[in-house]
Amino acid sequence: MAHLKGEKLAKYLKPVNEILGRYESKERYLIPVLQEAQEEYGYLPEEVLTEIALGLNLSLSQVYGVVTFYSQFHQEPRGNNIIRICMGTACHVRGAGKIMDVLKEELEIDSGETTDDLAFTLESVACIGACGLAPVIMVNDDTHGRLIPEEIPSILAKYK
Amino acid sequence: MNETIYRSHVLVCTGTGCVSSGAKDLKTTLEKELTAKDMSGEVKIVETGCHGFCEKGPIMIIYPEGVFYCEVNEKDVKEIVDEHLLKGRTVERLLFKEPMTEEQIPSYQDIDFYKKQQRISLKNCGHIDPESIDEYIAVGGYEAAGKALTLMEPQEIIDELKESGLRGRGGGGFPTGLKWQFARNTESDKKYVICNADEGDPGAFMDRSLLEGDPHGIIEGMMIAAYAIGADEAYVYVRAEYPLAITRLEKAIQDAEEYGLLGENIFDSGFNFKLHIKEGAGAFVCGEETALMNSIEGKRGMPKPRPPYPSVSGLWGKPTNINNVETFANVPYIIKEGAEAFSSIGTESSAGTKVFALTGKINNTGLVEVPMGTTLREVIFEIGGGLDKNKKFKAVQTGGPSGGCLPEEYLNLPIDYDSLLDAGTMMGSGGMVVMDEDSCMVDVARFFLNFTQSESCGKCTPCREGTKRMLEILNRITEGEGREGDIELLEELGDHIKSTSLCGLGKSAPNPVLSTITHFRKEYEAHINHQNCPAGACQDLLSTYVIAAEDCIGCGKCAKVCPVDAISGEIKGVFAIDEDVCIACGACEPVCPVDAISQG
Repeated sequence: MAHLKGEKLAKYLKPVNEILGRYESKERYLIPVLQEAQEEYGYLPEEVLTEIALGLNLSLSQVYGVVTFYSQFHQEPRGNNIIRICMGTACHVRGAGKIMDVLKEELEIDSGETTDDLAFTLESVACIGACGLAPVIMVNDDTHGRLIPEEIPSILAKYK
Repeated sequence: MNETIYRSHVLVCTGTGCVSSGAKDLKTTLEKELTAKDMSGEVKIVETGCHGFCEKGPIMIIYPEGVFYCEVNEKDVKEIVDEHLLKGRTVERLLFKEPMTEEQIPSYQDIDFYKKQQRISLKNCGHIDPESIDEYIAVGGYEAAGKALTLMEPQEIIDELKESGLRGRGGGGFPTGLKWQFARNTESDKKYVICNADEGDPGAFMDRSLLEGDPHGIIEGMMIAAYAIGADEAYVYVRAEYPLAITRLEKAIQDAEEYGLLGENIFDSGFNFKLHIKEGAGAFVCGEETALMNSIEGKRGMPKPRPPYPSVSGLWGKPTNINNVETFANVPYIIKEGAEAFSSIGTESSAGTKVFALTGKINNTGLVEVPMGTTLREVIFEIGGGLDKNKKFKAVQTGGPSGGCLPEEYLNLPIDYDSLLDAGTMMGSGGMVVMDEDSCMVDVARFFLNFTQSESCGKCTPCREGTKRMLEILNRITEGEGREGDIELLEELGDHIKSTSLCGLGKSAPNPVLSTITHFRKEYEAHINHQNCPAGACQDLLSTYVIAAEDCIGCGKCAKVCPVDAISGEIKGVFAIDEDVCIACGACEPVCPVDAISQG
């Protein structure tokens, strides 16, 4: 969304200003504001971060520091479907590595990347707390458990 | 209130585990079937929290009989309604089968998995509807808060807690009563209570289940803590990865506010209490209390040196008491039943029960709550039903990334805070991952270090640099590039990191490595000296497969299963494996009818 100017930029920033309007201008609201803004925009582009810094009376470097610290925040566009593959202990010992290999192969991307058509983003997480179902992946809010590598293509097909 | 009396209650577990196995569709189908049979006025469906037996989900329990059905799917609904609910006949094929004996067990209480547990903090999980405050009150909920606020002085509560012997369930094991005393003793116009629900240990999910299954229990525990230390405001810091827990907690807070159990002048005692939820943003180190408070303040979640402790200067510089979810879950029981009832359970140094998340290569995975002092063997073999596929037990990992691995010799060890520390591991939040002969201990150590290294916040040098160097060494060992002296180097680095890191993450990060070196040194030596992985897990060290030409009958089954087409030959001739193409996956070995394939 770079290089927007004037009215177009103001229009683009309208949602983040609405979010900021619901909070007092205090540092403690930075993380909730970032969470809501990311929900709205799908990621956190520089223009939005600048607006948040202004709105909460913080420096941009402070905002940037928080955004880069937490793994939940993203500064690049993300896929329409987010695949989180659990790499926790239980999943690890029950073969999460093989599930990861198949996902990488099917989507032709590495962990942490997004497909060119923005259909999928693949990321690994430490544990989603569904260890009884290991190995597990989450696609958006759906959990798929007790996976075998052969099931992956049919699961992906549901989200295409 | 005019309530319908139902002749049967069907409890459907809708914890995260069962929902991902299809519990929501199951419930919808059941509702439709009951309506179609005109039975919705006689049979009530109750959505409950987690029963702990996630492996067997979706789980359904039918009362008054208490029959326990597992792995129920939509197709089974008609049969359950026709047979069980209409004709009163149990659907035997859906009953639980004990993995060791194959015996079918109809009643919930008789299954080994449940029989040997003692549930205090989990007592409501799976038995009441977590979204109904009335059900919580009906089983005695908020009685403890009522007693504390109206009949007890704050100091009496703290004395009761001290006497009960409750220690922090988040891992450290610090006496809870003493922690509350410190916060109470600090004079201030404003104090806070925080519930640490940033459950980040891979392999642990008790906090999630407690929040999903019994959110009011946590609210009640926090309320008592706030009254005791003199706070009027509290935060629950929950991982953003737990959306269901957050939804249920939000509902519980809203209901409690409506009932006047949160807000101003609760129970006419003059005590005010406000509760907020704070969603985490994905940083393991935020489980450390000072980092967590920085995160609530809107900052990078980095730890601060202690002292000052949070009880003196915590959230926004105010005295703050911070406890783990499971710790709060025990508080109402102690206030209601008294310190002695609680301290009579468990061992001398560790009172009460502990919830463990039993996972890995085990038959019955799930959440188990046992008295402190129960042995590892009882948990793994009696409750857990032994190892998956009857493989040989090799090690159990406790305490997550801060803990260590214990071998077979320790199976008779009674579990409590101190015995685990003495054995070189720790209680941690209660993760318990069972490993069999196919798990490589070097790989497991590398796995945990990879985790702590990437979660290290980078503030202090020993943790930031040290974990990175240790990981490099472990990577080269598992890749077959290990050098002489690597083991000693790991030990030296580990000791330094433990003694010089700023917070608990760094202080405990080397534990998985040091404990596996202590108990499985030979495995490290095999990797380094012989480029061999005894468990057959490290891909780079695996040797490729070969077909014994004299035994091959030329059936071609192996060539069909090979994922990389490394096997070629003529049917009825002799097949051979191209060792440059073979990835040592082992797919061919079991399909050979004459056992002609082996690792070369």
